[in-house]
Amino acid sequence: MVQKLPRKDVAIVGLGWTGSILANELTDEGLDVVAIERGPWRDTATDFPISYAQDELRYRLQHELFLRPSQISVTFRNNARQTALPVRNWGAFMLGNGVGGAGIHWNAETWRFLPSDFVLRSHLTQRYGANFLPQDMTIQDWGVTFDDLEPHYDAFEYLCGTSGRAGNLKGAIQEGGNPFEGPRSRAYPTPPQKQGFGHALFAKAAQELGYKPFPQPSGNLSQSYTNPLGVTLGQCTYCGFCEWFGCANYSKASPQTTILPVLTRKSNFEARTECEVTRVNLDRSRKMATGVTYVNGSGEEFEQPADLVILCGFQLFNVQLLLLSGVGTPYDPNTGRGQIGRNFTHQTLSTALGFFDKDKFNFNPFVASGAIGMCIDEFNGDNFDHGPLGFVGGGYLGQVQTNGRPIENMELPPGTPAWGTQWKQALRDNYLSTLNCGAGVHASFYSYRDNYIDLDPTYKDRFGRPLARLTIDFHDNELKMSAWLTDKYAEIVKQMGARQVVEKPRKGPYDVTQYQTSHINGGAIMGDNPGNSALNRYLQSWDVPNLFVQGATAFPQNAGYNPTGTVGALALWSAAAIRSQYLKNPGPLVHA
Amino acid sequence: MRRNASTLSRLSSVLVAGAAAVVCAGAASADGIDNQSFNQVERGHYLAVAGDCAACHTLPGSGHDFSGGRPIETPFGNVIAPNITPDPTTGIGAWTDDEFVNALTKGRGRDGTRLYPAMPYTYYTRLTRDDALAIRAYLNTVPAVHHAVQADRLPFPFDIRAAMALWDMMFFKSGAFQPVAGKSAEWNRGAYLAQGPAHCGMCHTPKNFLGADKTGQALQGYALQGWFAPNITNDRRRGLGSWSVDDIVAYLKTGHNRTGAATGPMSETLNLSTSHMSDGDLKAIAAYLKDAPGQQESAPPAPDQKTMAAGKEIYVDECSGCHTRDGKGIAGIFPALSGSPAVQQTDPTSLLHVVLRGARSAGTATAPTAPAMPAFAWLLNDDQVAAVVTYIRNAWGNAAPPVSGDAVRKTRDDLVERSD
Repeated sequence: MVQKLPRKDVAIVGLGWTGSILANELTDEGLDVVAIERGPWRDTATDFPISYAQDELRYRLQHELFLRPSQISVTFRNNARQTALPVRNWGAFMLGNGVGGAGIHWNAETWRFLPSDFVLRSHLTQRYGANFLPQDMTIQDWGVTFDDLEPHYDAFEYLCGTSGRAGNLKGAIQEGGNPFEGPRSRAYPTPPQKQGFGHALFAKAAQELGYKPFPQPSGNLSQSYTNPLGVTLGQCTYCGFCEWFGCANYSKASPQTTILPVLTRKSNFEARTECEVTRVNLDRSRKMATGVTYVNGSGEEFEQPADLVILCGFQLFNVQLLLLSGVGTPYDPNTGRGQIGRNFTHQTLSTALGFFDKDKFNFNPFVASGAIGMCIDEFNGDNFDHGPLGFVGGGYLGQVQTNGRPIENMELPPGTPAWGTQWKQALRDNYLSTLNCGAGVHASFYSYRDNYIDLDPTYKDRFGRPLARLTIDFHDNELKMSAWLTDKYAEIVKQMGARQVVEKPRKGPYDVTQYQTSHINGGAIMGDNPGNSALNRYLQSWDVPNLFVQGATAFPQNAGYNPTGTVGALALWSAAAIRSQYLKNPGPLVHA
Repeated sequence: MRRNASTLSRLSSVLVAGAAAVVCAGAASADGIDNQSFNQVERGHYLAVAGDCAACHTLPGSGHDFSGGRPIETPFGNVIAPNITPDPTTGIGAWTDDEFVNALTKGRGRDGTRLYPAMPYTYYTRLTRDDALAIRAYLNTVPAVHHAVQADRLPFPFDIRAAMALWDMMFFKSGAFQPVAGKSAEWNRGAYLAQGPAHCGMCHTPKNFLGADKTGQALQGYALQGWFAPNITNDRRRGLGSWSVDDIVAYLKTGHNRTGAATGPMSETLNLSTSHMSDGDLKAIAAYLKDAPGQQESAPPAPDQKTMAAGKEIYVDECSGCHTRDGKGIAGIFPALSGSPAVQQTDPTSLLHVVLRGARSAGTATAPTAPAMPAFAWLLNDDQVAAVVTYIRNAWGNAAPPVSGDAVRKTRDDLVERSD
């Protein structure tokens, strides 16, 4: 029996980055907000204390902070000719769980996308002609521009305390920063992190090759910082336990270290943890959400009525919830019609390992942070001429090695025995002098007609709901791009003085067991009309105007950067539209 | 929207209580004071906050302010705080003003029975009658809650209330605060608040075996409820000697200052009381405390070098990530240990409590971060805790008596019995 609860002004599904941002903004507006979170409450001192946070086995290999596939999983296949099977151990991407969401276990690289990324199809068509793009590529403009988002990028960086060096201040190019970035209204709130020997050596080599290296913008802070909400963060100790881990000393930007201390003081905010939302409820017209239904840890079912419903779950779960709730029309790859599930993308990562002379190079790889590193942006987005290359897209190249954790860092020169005395000796010889950054080439993944999400016809979760089915593969464009970018990267590693360079370009088919990044995107994308998108430019559903969908779910395709900066900026942009427009006149903010 | 609603409900309760007062007693008290005047109620509210009445008289989580029922731990057993809402049968709604003033300033119940000094009448006696009546005027406006509280829970022989007559005779000096000539108005205001409504010494002054203040050692620190309320005299190491007036004001206002952070029972005092006091009053309290003489300085015995070396190793591995190698910490988030009075208290109870169990620092509207220290009881054994604590008490120019593994074991055992 479903228990119907008293109405709330706003029901938020998922209390990670976007849930925390929206809850904070809307409680400031005086609204009564409930956030319903599938996982547990998480807190620094009790969940990842400094006395055991740096445990590679517990957090990296045994996935302590992540969703258990036995609770909910997805099915996967490369193409529609295959039968999808359920994922029983996370691989290609990680799904966070609990309050703070992926904001707890991220590396904290805090990038802005390029201005051209937001108008990608128009920009590329204008520069190279419409025929330059592959026939089945479904990239599109976002419906929002860099200039629209700039104030919100700025606000997110100041919320996080992001450490970095400006490359373009109001149009003036700044020495030492990224000269390709869009104009920013002010400098980063804190100076860049310190760089290790390997990171600095990469910058030197890149400079020698004529590039303009700059420090990666980091949410692991170079110094302590108090944000505009009055919350103080500590200073990064370069322990090298960021991605997969919670930060034990309050120096990585996360909902816990930037927003929740203020949000949880508010009497008009409530969080319900270990409560899994099973659907968004619609009225008979299917044009209005009436609230959500969820199940608590004891298996009891509740209906939470709300005037405004905001999906703030992880990308694919937002899409699954839309499909399960019957919001909009499911995407059909055969006809290209329907909006829910289309333009599912990920990232194209590759690298080149560098083996250096151990007597001359000691990188101390364990002195690191999740967003440390020196990068170049010459080959990102459309910063270079794709005309002669026959592909579109790009990425940043960087020495961004985040750690020297011993179980993961066992890369050895090809030909080394896989066990025994020689293996042990090779490990001793190479550990300190090997350059091993998995994300050395961090590149885009554009959207295609046959990469999408729908509901699996066979596999169901414990409530009998169909799992989300992911259908995704690399296309030639991305593989060509990866090979070319990896060559460029290898040149820099060679220039650093590597004795041996082993290139590892991304190869197809897309492998769901092999970790890349957790940057999966799309499925309910934003756009300028209901014919090309599920959401309008304010992340409002075209079909159900009192439903907003946050996060990378809305990305029409993925740029060559980590997504969180853009996710944060979009959330603040969407919140501003709700506060300044929607609440005054609830209804569609864009008339189709 | 809920905020608006709660304002509304408070307003309506004021109206209801006001109406009741008109029916019962009329507007003016025997003292000729208008008990319904805005100024009188507001002043009473401020004094009730300064006096932190809500801390003891509200059962946390009950949602019913001042309706009593909270057990107050004393060395003699728990005393249950009574209902002080205006409910006529289970609260104090039927009390006359004189009965109220008698309870507050003389420790006498309505029928003349003697109160236990868990109720700080030994401090409230310094209140002026006007201030006491203002508190009454405010309490008349809070929602009446019908909630009978069984207050007597002490074991024999402390359950013999009559025995309190002897106690009062020996230890209770009744009488309103007398300004000290030659001291500034600010000092006198601070002294009035600290000795009266804010009752700082209730926790911070050492007690004799019958629980009475050792007046000769006022504000030099006292162990209670699993913590050591630290020395708050101007003592250089153990007290506030290294803090400026502004440091003390920032601490009382926000829970944090450039070197320190409040935790334990002081967090509650901060949240309910001092963070709501005016800057002027906090400055006055600071001026008064800065003038309180410290203890005689005698060099503590030098710690064993082996212990110091072991402690340093543990410190670097487990503590320096936040508190930094040089013990200076990071302002606003990680307290400094170097020069810290909290670290150098003669009695290490609070320090051990924090290391063993962990602790969340105070979160306030002006300093909401409330960072927490994780627990180490599961990781470090008694000797290891003793070593690291001895180290931080004697590194970087700090000096305090070494802590033994035995002392750690005792605190560990005591904490097992305590909830957070």
